[in-house]
Amino acid sequence: MRVMAQMAMVMNLDKCIGCHTCSVTCKQAWTNRTGMEYVWFNNVETRPGLGYPRTYEDQDEWQGGWIRKPNGRLALRAGGRLKKLLTIFSNPKLPSIDDYYEPWTYDYETLTSSPQTDTFPVARPKSLISGKDMNVEWSANWDDDLGGSQEHAARDVMLKGIEDKVKLEFEETFMFYLPRICEHCLNPSCAASCPSGAIYKRAEDGIVLVDQDRCRGWRMCVSGCPYKKVYFNHKTGKAEKCTFCYPRIEVGIPTVCSETCVGRLRYIGLMLYDADAVLEAASVEDDHDLYEAQRSVFLDPRDPEVERAALAAGIEADWIEAAKKSPVLRLITDYKVALPLHPEYRTMPMVWYIPPLSPVVDVVKETGEDAEDRGNLFAAIDALRIPVEYLANLFTAGDVEPVNGVLKKLAAMRSYMRDINLGREPDANIPAAVGMTEEEMYEMFRLLAIAKYADRYVIPPAHAEQAHALEELATECSVDFDAAGSYYDQALLGEGAGYPTPVAVENFRMLQDRQTSDTLAAPDDKASRVNLLNWDGKGTPEGMFPPRGDGGGA
Amino acid sequence: MNVFLWVIVPYLCLAVFVVGHLWRYRYDKFGWTTRSSQLYEDRLLRLGSPLFHFGMLGVVGGHVIGLLVPRSWTEAVGVDDHLYHYVAVIGGLIAGVVALVGMTILIYRRRTVGPVFSATTVMDKVMYAFLGAAIVLGMWNTIAGSIFSLGGEYNYREGVSVWYRSFLAFQPDADLMAEAPIGFQLHALVAFGLFALWPFTRLVHVFSAPVGYLTRPYVVYRSRDDRSLGSAAPRRGWDQVPR
Repeated sequence: MRVMAQMAMVMNLDKCIGCHTCSVTCKQAWTNRTGMEYVWFNNVETRPGLGYPRTYEDQDEWQGGWIRKPNGRLALRAGGRLKKLLTIFSNPKLPSIDDYYEPWTYDYETLTSSPQTDTFPVARPKSLISGKDMNVEWSANWDDDLGGSQEHAARDVMLKGIEDKVKLEFEETFMFYLPRICEHCLNPSCAASCPSGAIYKRAEDGIVLVDQDRCRGWRMCVSGCPYKKVYFNHKTGKAEKCTFCYPRIEVGIPTVCSETCVGRLRYIGLMLYDADAVLEAASVEDDHDLYEAQRSVFLDPRDPEVERAALAAGIEADWIEAAKKSPVLRLITDYKVALPLHPEYRTMPMVWYIPPLSPVVDVVKETGEDAEDRGNLFAAIDALRIPVEYLANLFTAGDVEPVNGVLKKLAAMRSYMRDINLGREPDANIPAAVGMTEEEMYEMFRLLAIAKYADRYVIPPAHAEQAHALEELATECSVDFDAAGSYYDQALLGEGAGYPTPVAVENFRMLQDRQTSDTLAAPDDKASRVNLLNWDGKGTPEGMFPPRGDGGGA
Repeated sequence: MNVFLWVIVPYLCLAVFVVGHLWRYRYDKFGWTTRSSQLYEDRLLRLGSPLFHFGMLGVVGGHVIGLLVPRSWTEAVGVDDHLYHYVAVIGGLIAGVVALVGMTILIYRRRTVGPVFSATTVMDKVMYAFLGAAIVLGMWNTIAGSIFSLGGEYNYREGVSVWYRSFLAFQPDADLMAEAPIGFQLHALVAFGLFALWPFTRLVHVFSAPVGYLTRPYVVYRSRDDRSLGSAAPRRGWDQVPR
């Protein structure tokens, strides 16, 4: 047994209102720079829908993740080491910018600088790739809220096999939101695909990171990740991905997407697992067994034997304490309401989801029946093959049973808590019907519905004695101080050339640049205009306001 | 003049090549990349890039054999001049044509596809000029010299190759190069110019050919503490205030 700790996340989909706050704050924090305009480390998809990039779940097309070979061994679906090296000169399965979308901004300056005309001046969309005028035809979120569902959602790969049963007419369909970040898998196929060995799994907390100094831009990770959550920065020529906000996690605060989540639906905590058992669990024959196999890899830190092994493996005592209190552990192991996203990719993902009960509740409500009655809900879960089959395609490789189990627990909680809220005698039969005690059910309710900050996020900070190595603190004094590469270096050697800089300094500089620059995209030779999307209200870009009367100027 | 062209210039270029790579690796690990533009355009790249790269691998292999293996060695294993000549010209022509066709496609793509063109740096253009010139001159030497024998018979294995080995042994014999046909002289000079440019272009990615991938375990684990392995020592977490 080799005990390792993994920082993991669970999202409660019932509470997601699709506001995209997580996506926007993540973008502001991490992908708000040239070369990354099209990138969303966190995106929120409407399901059924195509997702971002379009149809990324179609592994027959994109060849991401692992497959189990007939001899029982795991292999990268896109081919092994030799094939990777032979196709290195032109990656055969790289999504093009059109599969994501061509990013754009608007030519806001014409609004203020246009001469007087009969018609209103128009801010035309400008491509952030070519700088030219463009037609906006697709985005990361084009089919939001089932927009154009007959055309787009109908092509959802996860509807395969059940398309005749799913109605996409507006009155008859169902939908829910699926926020996605990097899965920080236990068996990451992006890392396995990287020829340079630049993608690594951090031994301390399992966060999967790209070493920007070792990445050589071969792009195999982009194809290797079945979730398409590694992105290629087309200006710097390096791969970038969700970092689980490791500078924040290291000092004990939640990721930006979690911190800003309006619905408070994200949970962050540690999971202990047996690293030696991962490969075997990922290689089980039947796709339907993968969910159970992954759960069998997790270790219970409340077990004294596991605790001893964890201490022996160098995991600090306070981390083990945090693992015992982990909300993720409670949702995955104790209540068994969280499920992995696409276990059939065999990467052992570590961002899990509580499937939404709301599509079922909506149907019951529309029939005029009591949508908080256990009997009605249970009957509906059994009778409504859709959306349960659809959810099963997402979370259990098509196995309906675990999804049914989770939905029944959520339905039971709903009717059990109604009795309490109405001051009636709670019915102990309700939790018993789903194999829970009354106490457990109430605790689950508190975790899911009350969702206090301290309950949602149990993040042990990295140890103070290692503080000098932490990105956010970086207190080590270095005599050979140098700024990043000069303008001329960048022009000759390419964007971002020069020594590496701490994340905090880099972010500070970017913010400063944004506030003081008046260019659309990075190249200075582009026509000058103010990017309102980036302007944060501070500073006064030239041309934004009329000059002041007191002669001070703007 | 001979000493300047065939001793001083080559050693200068070699020095720039070596020191330049050391500097670039220390100063700019972040910029050490292929700078791929596949995200912008895929169709032409899918054709041109493998043609160019596999062609170039053949060209480099041919140069290694032609420049580094002395004539006496091949004769010792029973390969006479005629057979050697035959293999070298056929192999060289195939590799050269493949690389040249690939490069033509890639340059056409770079010029006509808008986003690719705007992602092209000054160094890229200079490098393309030198690389293109080197390939064209090399092809000219093969076709004109070896097939049609324009400008008289010349066996580079008795001239250029010997000079090159003497150059590598730091005992340069400039006269051997001075007697070579103008095509070979130009080819060598352009090639040395390319070597001098090498560390400052995207060509550095040649030295990170990921052969280690064949033997390393699939999933890499790294501890937080050895971050400095990949980058310079941690810098202080605040910025200097401009005065």
